[in-house]
Amino acid sequence: MAALINVPAKAKHGDVIEIRTLTSHIMETGFRHTADGKLVPRDIITSFTCRYNGAEIFRADLFPAIAANPYLSFFTVAKESGKFEFEWTGDNGYSSTASASIAVE
Amino acid sequence: MPTTRRQFLSLAGGATVAGTIPIVTIRPLDATPAMLTAAIRNVVGEAQIRTGRVKLDIPPLVENGNTVPMTVSVTSPMTANDYVKSIHVFNEKNPQPNIGNFYLNPSSGRAQVSTRIRLADTQKVVAVARLSDDTFWQVAADIVVTLAACTEEMN
Repeated sequence: MAALINVPAKAKHGDVIEIRTLTSHIMETGFRHTADGKLVPRDIITSFTCRYNGAEIFRADLFPAIAANPYLSFFTVAKESGKFEFEWTGDNGYSSTASASIAVE
Repeated sequence: MPTTRRQFLSLAGGATVAGTIPIVTIRPLDATPAMLTAAIRNVVGEAQIRTGRVKLDIPPLVENGNTVPMTVSVTSPMTANDYVKSIHVFNEKNPQPNIGNFYLNPSSGRAQVSTRIRLADTQKVVAVARLSDDTFWQVAADIVVTLAACTEEMN
């Protein structure tokens, strides 16, 4: 469930800021076999969403080709002080959230 | 024995490293395996795909295919009338052709996304961007992988 979020604490109005997220997840591809030949079932995060004061600013569909512990970096324009909310959802009902706040001058 | 394309590419990759000039070969998408083409058509539909505007930053030689850093950026002013709607990344030889879809909007400010991916073999990675006028732009990069991901046995 652990997630690392990197958002600048402060920004000027109109600045383009980078948001970096890292979450812990095995991202089991569903293509691997155990030593006795059994297929290891797929267990991945399939979707990531970032909302800025409620409005969606970034979304991603993830596939088994995304490495374990998915890292994502993207950009947004700092418009107003408030909160970023992050949500990861995936196989077997996986769901995890995190948030970060920003002060915009 | 005649030199195969694969041998040639791995030699070319080795020479690139020896020369310390990291060159990512960029070629038009002529002879791609059917799965990659189908996956791209699934996103693009019948629209024409042009080469350019998209930049794919990925190491040309990768020791461990389990985690390969990748950055896709698109040249765009990112205004309300001219912005990047989405970025789609595909591969040629993993068990599945999709890597990720990333959806942006004018408030993204900069059309750039980074993540870490898995590569099961020495292969080509393709990034396609959909702009707000529904034109599609792409770039392809060849990557040499020495340790493959995805299909190894689980301990």
